[in-house]
This record gives sequence, structure tokens and C-alpha cells, in this order.
Amino acid sequence: MTSIDTGLAQVRTEVEVPRDAPVGTGSRASRILGVVTLVLTAVGLAYSLIISPPDANQSNAGRLLYIHVPSAIVAYVAFGVTALASVMVLWRKTEVWDLIAGASAEIGIVFTSLCLITGMLWGRPIWGVYWTWDARLTTTALLLVLFVGYVALRRALAGTANRAKWCAIAGIVAAIDVPIVHESTNWWVTLHQGQTVRLLGESEIGGSMLFSLLLMMVAGLCGYVWLLLVRFRVGYLAERVDEYAFDEAIAQRRAEAASQQRTAAHPDTPAHRDTPSDRADTHRIATASTSTEVD
Amino acid sequence: MLADAWIIAAKDLRIEWRSRVAFNQLAPFALVVLVLFAFALDSQQTVLAEATPGLLWITILLALVLCVQRTFVTEGAPGLADQLRLSGLDPAGIFLGKTLGVFVQLVALEILTFVGAAILYSTEFGSVGLMICTAVAASVGLAASGSLYGALLLGVRGRETLLPLLLLPVVAPVLIGATSAFQAALGTGDVTLDQAWRWVGLLTAFAVAYLLAGVFAFGPLLEDT
Amino acid sequence: MRRVVHLRDAVCVLGRFPALAGATLQVDAGEIVLLQGPNGAGKSTLLRLCAGLLPLQSGEAEVLDCDLSTDPRAVRRRVALLGHGVGLYEELTVADNVAFWTAATKTDRGEIDAAIARVGLAGRLAHVEVARLSAGQRRRAALAVLLTRHAEVWLLDEPHAGLDAQGRDLVDHLVATAADAGVTVLVASHDLDRATALADRVATIDGGVVAALGDGARPRRSREELSSAG
Repeated sequence: MTSIDTGLAQVRTEVEVPRDAPVGTGSRASRILGVVTLVLTAVGLAYSLIISPPDANQSNAGRLLYIHVPSAIVAYVAFGVTALASVMVLWRKTEVWDLIAGASAEIGIVFTSLCLITGMLWGRPIWGVYWTWDARLTTTALLLVLFVGYVALRRALAGTANRAKWCAIAGIVAAIDVPIVHESTNWWVTLHQGQTVRLLGESEIGGSMLFSLLLMMVAGLCGYVWLLLVRFRVGYLAERVDEYAFDEAIAQRRAEAASQQRTAAHPDTPAHRDTPSDRADTHRIATASTSTEVD
Repeated sequence: MLADAWIIAAKDLRIEWRSRVAFNQLAPFALVVLVLFAFALDSQQTVLAEATPGLLWITILLALVLCVQRTFVTEGAPGLADQLRLSGLDPAGIFLGKTLGVFVQLVALEILTFVGAAILYSTEFGSVGLMICTAVAASVGLAASGSLYGALLLGVRGRETLLPLLLLPVVAPVLIGATSAFQAALGTGDVTLDQAWRWVGLLTAFAVAYLLAGVFAFGPLLEDT
Repeated sequence: MRRVVHLRDAVCVLGRFPALAGATLQVDAGEIVLLQGPNGAGKSTLLRLCAGLLPLQSGEAEVLDCDLSTDPRAVRRRVALLGHGVGLYEELTVADNVAFWTAATKTDRGEIDAAIARVGLAGRLAHVEVARLSAGQRRRAALAVLLTRHAEVWLLDEPHAGLDAQGRDLVDHLVATAADAGVTVLVASHDLDRATALADRVATIDGGVVAALGDGARPRRSREELSSAG
């Protein structure tokens, strides 16, 4: 049992800290994964940007696709994880799933933005425009807005007790929307343009180009899992800090009664100084012991 | 559940009847938006005529946000949420009742807005049956999703700006569907009547999805500490 | 006598704050218990916990034989809460509000007029919008709604606040009549003289716990009638 000095001179709380509790944001798994991600990304970028030949139709602009496509995949994986975790929050009601949902959404914002920006940079030399309203791009843009709204809601609800449940509901509601948006923009585009625009153009991918793409995809997914692990641990530790503060809050709450009584009895005594004999008063007044250990 | 829904909807409509907010404020708002679109786009009627379906439904979406804000502000009076929880009303019924209240107000606003567009933009209405089906299907979906998010944000700081941010992206498919169907009904654009009815199908699917989501999610939403 | 409220070491959390930090209290049927204590002591929280509105973090809590740790919702329909906020729709009249809440709680609608008359709002005031009433009149309207619930337990959070002497007499009369009929009443009040005279027992709440229990000054004859009614 470790004793945590909460900084209040008059109240000491004994709180039990599990022996194998995480005490940092890195674990062995996340460190290994981080190194793997770095290596894969470095090698992948080398292949994409330097080693593989430029595309026949798209020349060097096509290299952007090595970043664009993997980030799109990761964005949708992140979205799927957030949606699934939201369902699990409502089903299993544990805090772990809520933290995963939030972490995945934040990472999703990063990768969706990356996907859209690289898409726009690629579109300019290839199509002549930064943006076009095809089904996939539109759905991805909407995905970004849904992610941002979800994270905004989490921030607004920070500190309230029911945050996990409400954010889970918001997450599921937004998730229902994405396939509907995709379907409707698909219809809409075929309606107005006659045919969908193919993102990858007419060229075939083979050899080292395919290898670069696959490498970057794996790098992207590893990066996602690594960031998810780290962000999850940060969230988990933040929750634990709040929990430890709670036990001391209980003791402080009960001490209020003691100091109020003393102020009433001896008006000239400063209310915030408590001596050990006054702690005894606290015990006499407080009712039977609770689950937290107050010495 | 349905009886409870009726009690809530009747109460909301009675509040609206007494305070006349939708009548006095939302209706003029919708008309002002139509006029502003005319200023912004083209006074020569050609662009306006083609864009009418889209402009109509954007106006309705903006009015939806205000309507939802309004209906949940009335639920924010001190002590009301507690009394609602104590009353034993079925939460799913409360959701359906709020949705019904918003639906009725939306339909009234739509009638007004369409008439306003007919006058201001000189639109000609073709297939009225299609228009009515589209409006009903779209409005149910809008009311259901609006009520869901309105309840979600009850008591949340910054809800005035959060509600549009959360709600409008979610109802984007309704905008696409209703606009396309209206393009067929009004004869603008190149949407055929067949395709328009497919869009109505999509709107109905959206409405059903969000009605179900609300019915299941409203119970936990009503619980608060 | 039947035990209606049973709290033992009840801990209740608002956000991260332990509003109740281990409260213990037993109340029997037909008793009137006054909760007194400084602001922020946890009186309102205790009342809301007994109404089944707050989740129990730890300890035991049972009201009307419903275990609040497993299913707090079961007890809600059987209690009546008069909170700080009156719980009325501002845009509707008194009569509309009482009508709505009787429909919501599925009680007999014929009692609406009787309830409004009992709180002294009959006539012109019954058809005035709540937004235009004074604080005391709103409190009376909330009492009318409370009367129509026919609850077995009344939880009153500072019912005297904002009322004139006549209004306070009305509250006392309603509480005494209800208790005589077997209703259990928990009252939180700062009007100590009046409330102590009304109560069977007085509980002092401080720092989230029940710090002391004492006797009230309710006339002995009523208490004997109570114990014989069982």
C-alpha cells in the first residue's frame, strides 16, 4: 500500500495502487510498435518517393497516392473502430471502450485530413481541379466533419458522469449516417455526371509500385495502432488520476463538518488548521467506515 | 408508448399555440432566407428557377435547427427534467412525441416556404403527389434526427453552436434526396420521375433508421446525474 | 411500523464530487422528518437520491422496499419531489400544467380543479401563464401538481422558501394532513422554528453525512395516532 500525500496537511489518505498499474504512456508493446512504424514509414517513403518508377500517366504526382490511399484506409478503419467501440460502450458499459472510441476519433481526424489534403494536391495536376463531387470524396469530407463534431461533443461533455454513454450514442448515430451518405452521393453523382470518376485513373499498378503501396498501407495501419495505444494510455491515466482524487475528496468532504463545528464553537480559531485531536472529532461525527481507507 | 407520445406532442403544440414562436419568428425567418438567396444569386429568375429545390431545402434545414433549439429550450426550465423522469412516461414515447411536435411545425413551415418560393421565384409545381411524399418522408427524418441531437445536447454548454455542427452533416443525405426529388417534381434539372421515387425511398429509409435510433437511445439520454 | 426509507453509508456522487459521503437514515411510514444543515451539506442530494434520480455509488439505500442500487427507477412513480426548480412549463397556464402532469402520471383528471383550489389558485390565477406568476404562486402551482400524484413519500426541498406566511401555513397544513393519512414526508428547510414544530424527528446533515438525529416538536397526540395506525 502506498501513501499518497495529497498536499493537504491535515488529511492523509491511504489509497491502494495496483502493483502493475501503468505509470507512463509507453509500454513495451507500444515502444516496439513505434519503432516498427518508424522503420516501415521510412522504408515505405523511400520506395514511394524515390525507388519506384513514376507512373506512366500521372508522372510524379501519382506518388501522392502512396500517402493518399493508405491514409484513406486508416481513416475508415478508425471510423469503424469508433463505431464499434461506441456499440461496446453501450453493451458492456466499461470505460475502456469509451477511451478507445475517443482515441480512435482523434486519430481519425488526423488521417482523414491527410487523405483529403493529399487528394486535393493530387487532383490539381491530374484533373485540373482541387475538388470534385464524387461519392468517395464527398463521403470522406463528411466523415471528417462527423469526426470533428464527435470530438467537439466529447470536449463539451468533459467531466460529466454520463459522457461515455452520450458520446457513444452520438457516435452510433453518426455511424448510421455514413453508409446512407455514401449511397446517396453515389446515386447523386451518377445522376449528374453520368459516370463515377475513378480515383486511380486507368493505369495498372504492378511490381515495385504495388509493393510501395502495400508497404505504406502496412506502415499506416501500424502507425494507427501505435497512436491508438498511446492515446488510450493517456486517457486511461487521466481517469485514474481523477479516481485517486475522489477518495481524498470524500475525506475532505467529511472534514468540512468537523471544521464547521469547530468554527461555531470557537469563533476565534482559524478554520483550516486541523490537529490530530480534531481528526478524532471527525471520526466521532462521521458514521461507520466506508470502503475507502481513511486513517 | 404511443399514448405517452401523444401527451407530449399535444403539450408541445399547445406551448406553440400559446407562444406563437414558430408563427412569429420561424416563418418570417424562412421567408427572409428565401429573399436573401435571391439577392445573393440572381435576380433574373433563371438561376433561381434552377436552384429552387436546393434553396428550398436549405431553408428548411436552417429552420429545423432553430425549431429543435426552441423545442428543447422549453424542456430546460428548472426542475422539469426531474419531473419528467419521475412521471413514469416512457422515454421512447417522449422521443416520439417531441419528434411529432417538430414534424408538425416543419410541415407548416414547408407549406409556407413552398408558397413563398412559388411567389418569389415563380416556380411552377408539377407533380404535387411526389412533392407531398418527399416532404413527408424528409420531414420525419429531419424531425427524428433533430430531436435525437436536441436531447443529446440538453444542458450541454455551448449547445447553440454544437447543434448545427452535429445535426447538419448528419442530415446531408436528406438534403440530397429531397432536392433531387423536387428537381423531378418541379421539372428543373435532369432527374426523371422514376429516379425521384427512388430518392423518396432513401428518405424513408433515413427516417426509419433515425426513428429507431431515437426510440432506443432516448432512455439512456434522459438519465442524468 | 413499516420502514419506508432505509439509508446506510450511502455515497452519492455528482460529477466527481461526493455530495453524500456515507449517509445513514431510517424513516418509518407516516413520519415527518426535517433535514437541516448548512448550504451544500447534501440535503438536496439526499432527497433526490430517495426519489430514485441519482445513482448510488456505494452503501445501502432502499425506499418503499425498492433497492436503489439496482433499480432506482422503480420507486420514481411512487414518490413526489418538490425541488428548487418548480418543474412547470413556463409558457403554459397553471391549469394546463396540472392537466399535463396528471395525464403524464395517469392520475384521474377530475382532481385537477380540486388540487388547484386546495393550493389557493382557483379562479383567475389558474389561467395565467406560469411565467407571469410570482415565485410564491409558482410554488403553490407546483404543490398542486404534487397533490395529484398521490405519492406515498413526499420529498420537499425548501418548500417554505419564497412563500408568505399564508403560503407557509398552507404547506404545513398540507404536510400535516398527508402525514396523518400515512404519507411519509422528508422536508429540507431553513425555516427551523416552523419546520421543527411540524416534524417528528430532526436530522442534521453536514459534510455529506447525517451528523445528528433529534426529536421534533410535532404534537404528541398525532404520533400516538400514528403508531396505532401502524
